Amino acid sequence: MAQVSLRKIVKEYEGGVQAVKGVDLEIEDHEFVVLVGPSGCGKSTTLRMIAGLEEITAGDIAIGGRVVNDIPPRDRDIAMVFQNYALYPHMSVYENMGFGLTLRKFPKDEIRRRVENAARILDIGNLLDRKPKALSGGQRQRVAMGRAIVRDPKVFLFDEPLSNLDAKLRVQMRTEIKKVHQTVRTTTVYVTHDQVEAMTLADRVVVMNHGVIEQVGPPQDLYHHPTTRFVAGFIGSPAMNFIPARLEQGSGALRLALPDNIALPVPPERTQRYTPYVGRDLLLGIRPEHLTEVKATGKQNIATFEAAPEVVEPMGMETLIHFWIQGAEICAKLDPAVPAEPGRKMTLAVDLNQMHLIDPDSGRVL
Amino acid sequence: MSGATVAQPADSAPIYHKAGSLRRERRRALIGAYIALAVFVVFFLTPPFHMLMTSLKSSAEIADLSGNPWIVSRPTLENYWALLSQGSYLTHFVNSVMVTVCVVAITMVISTFAAFALARMRFWGSTALATGVFLTYLVPETLLFIPLFQTIGGLGMYNNLWAMVLLYPTLTVPFCTWIMIGYFSSIPKELDEAALIDGANHFQMLWKIFIPVALPGILAATIFAFTVSWAQFLYPLAFLVSSDQMVLTVGIISDLIRGDTFQWGMIMAGALMAALPPLLVYAFLMDYYIAGLTAGATKG
Amino acid sequence: MSSLPPGIPAAIAPPRAGTLQRLARRRSTLAFLMTLPLIALIGSLVIYPFFYALYLSMLNKRMTKFVGIDNFTFLLGRETFQMVIWQSVIFAVGAVVAKAIIGFVLAHVLHALPDKGQRKWRGMLLVPWVIPPAISTLAWWWLFDPSYSAFNWALAGIGAGPVPWLGEANWARFAVILVNVWYGAPFFMIMYLAALKSVPDQLYEASAIDGATGLQKLRYVTLPMMRNIISITVLFSLIVTFANFDIVRILTNGGPQDSTHVFGTYAFQVGIQSGDIPLGAAVSLFMFPMLAVFAIFILRGVSRRSKEMAG
Repeated sequence: MAQVSLRKIVKEYEGGVQAVKGVDLEIEDHEFVVLVGPSGCGKSTTLRMIAGLEEITAGDIAIGGRVVNDIPPRDRDIAMVFQNYALYPHMSVYENMGFGLTLRKFPKDEIRRRVENAARILDIGNLLDRKPKALSGGQRQRVAMGRAIVRDPKVFLFDEPLSNLDAKLRVQMRTEIKKVHQTVRTTTVYVTHDQVEAMTLADRVVVMNHGVIEQVGPPQDLYHHPTTRFVAGFIGSPAMNFIPARLEQGSGALRLALPDNIALPVPPERTQRYTPYVGRDLLLGIRPEHLTEVKATGKQNIATFEAAPEVVEPMGMETLIHFWIQGAEICAKLDPAVPAEPGRKMTLAVDLNQMHLIDPDSGRVL
Repeated sequence: MSGATVAQPADSAPIYHKAGSLRRERRRALIGAYIALAVFVVFFLTPPFHMLMTSLKSSAEIADLSGNPWIVSRPTLENYWALLSQGSYLTHFVNSVMVTVCVVAITMVISTFAAFALARMRFWGSTALATGVFLTYLVPETLLFIPLFQTIGGLGMYNNLWAMVLLYPTLTVPFCTWIMIGYFSSIPKELDEAALIDGANHFQMLWKIFIPVALPGILAATIFAFTVSWAQFLYPLAFLVSSDQMVLTVGIISDLIRGDTFQWGMIMAGALMAALPPLLVYAFLMDYYIAGLTAGATKG
Repeated sequence: MSSLPPGIPAAIAPPRAGTLQRLARRRSTLAFLMTLPLIALIGSLVIYPFFYALYLSMLNKRMTKFVGIDNFTFLLGRETFQMVIWQSVIFAVGAVVAKAIIGFVLAHVLHALPDKGQRKWRGMLLVPWVIPPAISTLAWWWLFDPSYSAFNWALAGIGAGPVPWLGEANWARFAVILVNVWYGAPFFMIMYLAALKSVPDQLYEASAIDGATGLQKLRYVTLPMMRNIISITVLFSLIVTFANFDIVRILTNGGPQDSTHVFGTYAFQVGIQSGDIPLGAAVSLFMFPMLAVFAIFILRGVSRRSKEMAG
């Protein structure tokens, strides 16, 4: 078990393309950290540098306090689970799981003990004699994890391990991975492009974009307090709405002037925070779940306005409606019992306790 | 395919009627296909069939102009027996086996290592080398046999069976390397990475991962190397003169044709036995044989 | 984006000579060593002989004097050699066209069969390609025998006169092409069949829904999808047929009156049998320009096809 430290690591490919531009990250012992971001954001490259599959252009990586920049993968004491599982097709499940130990010349009975133990954790004891070809996607995934567990490494590395599974299995394996981590408590770095996976699995989520870290924090923090427009838009589904808005000084309180003559009062407790931005063109960020039908909750800071949905999507447990405010598509989440029809005006409530104001030039959340 | 067209009154169900004619059309096409196939199978199998018939005839029956050349009236194995019990047919056979086994072994060692390096370990000039390998494969043996004749003579290997072992790899290695680059490249890169993390070095990776995973490709390449060295004719014809050094392809004609006397029964029996090893390999490993044939059309 | 101008990444990326890089260097050394036998083989037995052939072809018969391109001009002026050029071209083009057509038809016919029967028929149809040509040509030689020809016997059965298969120039030219077609058509068939199988069924279904007839499917779906493999196979076969040796050597040995000689057999006769090594080398080298052109086109086709397969 060990902590992993990334200090100002840079990856530059031939031709000067920088995939990772100075990433700093401290991962604690036993921690489950998820790197998340759109494709090409540098998350996989970062993981592969930790694994030693990619060389570091600059910076330092330390595993358990030892700088491993120049140490080949096999001596870094890590295990990795790949997106396509990378099981050796000619070996049985048992041989696949034991291969790393065999190469390291472990005694036969020690290998057997460890493989059987891992198989028990993953509930694949009855598959040990099969070839990977005879396994289902979920079973292959388990074997790939088993191969990692057997090695008992300092760090587990997962590279989008669930993206080849169908939706149902993905949810199931997600739980499985979390369970395994709770059992073996190995420090884990997990890469995914799926923010739901990131939120559900992580102790801390690292959101990356264009080769830099946008924000690091526990899932709830990222959801409630995104620090950049990118994180605000990336975390949460459906994604946060961004509406152009102008911050104005109203009588006594601040006021947000939206297009279509909609004006929303800013909650008084935020007045001080936002005052420097009065008169600026900003973006109002509000999640669909905070833009609903009018409910009798008695909560403070609820404002209402009228809108006519253009598209109505009943989802069962909720209904999504979409409408446009001056070119910005807005999504709201309604109770399915609320009648909503395309084209018919209705009153919507905005929970302004949950609003975010974003400076469109810097992309920072104010 | 039973062709049992459902009889429907034409006016009530025109759609079914149409389906019926579609089926009839397909059936007619299929019959045409079988006829075409039968014609070509006859054309393609006539020489081996005639070879077999002649090999079973006695010299007297062959010489008898009044008989039907296509069938054998009194089958005899005397030609086979004569070949196997006297003369140098067996020597030629053993020579062919020896040369082929050595060439296949040399080819597979050279091309497996080269293909692994070219498919997975990029180094200076590796792309150019891969292209060069393919171009070498396109060099026919008739282009260079004369300078090789001089070189072999200079090395004192004229009329020496082992010169074949030296020369045949030029015909087998390029293609085998080429198709194995293709097979190795099709192995997902994550598999090497997994092996790397599991602690394998390059030789372990090749031996424990690449060779077992690419076994079908290796088999296809082996079959190719085998058929090429077994069938080679020009080099032994040009470089071997004495019967004890000859291989089958040249041994049959040089031994069984004495001036104007052609021992056709024995020639055909010898030819048939010489054709047997590749035919057997083909019969038992047809899929790998065909994979090897068609693999050359894509780049590794 | 990066806060650094693209020109100076070296400032933040000081070159390090770490273990990983040393490892990478060791890896290229290892890779080079692994390819060394291949390089040695190609260098000593293909590239060196090629230049040696160039050198030899510029010597006189006794190899005592440098004569420049005299051997080449001498050959071009000889009527026999002009005939060899023509015969090689006729032989290669005639045989390849016939092989391509037969192969195409057979591949289509096979492709139309249900899978189970297909294997069996394919198995039988590939037999000519499996038998070494030096062996199977013996059977053809015997079938063409002047007195015992089984073909002529069959022809006599339907009242036709005996054909001088190998005795008359044009019949002999036909005979060598026939045998080459017999030997090579299965290869075309198998290549085309593989190509046909790689055309996705949805394309045919889509074109059927778009209203294409059988011929239109062939014209607009099959042929464009197969174009590359057809050209690769044809070019490859042109090289192999052009440089053929076994069939002509055994069947006619160039006769009657040198009318069926191709480059390979003529080079053998001049260089090995008559002992004029330089002249033989020159005959062989005449093939080179044509082969080189074909080879370049094949290479282009192959890399294009690989891209298609990858895409």
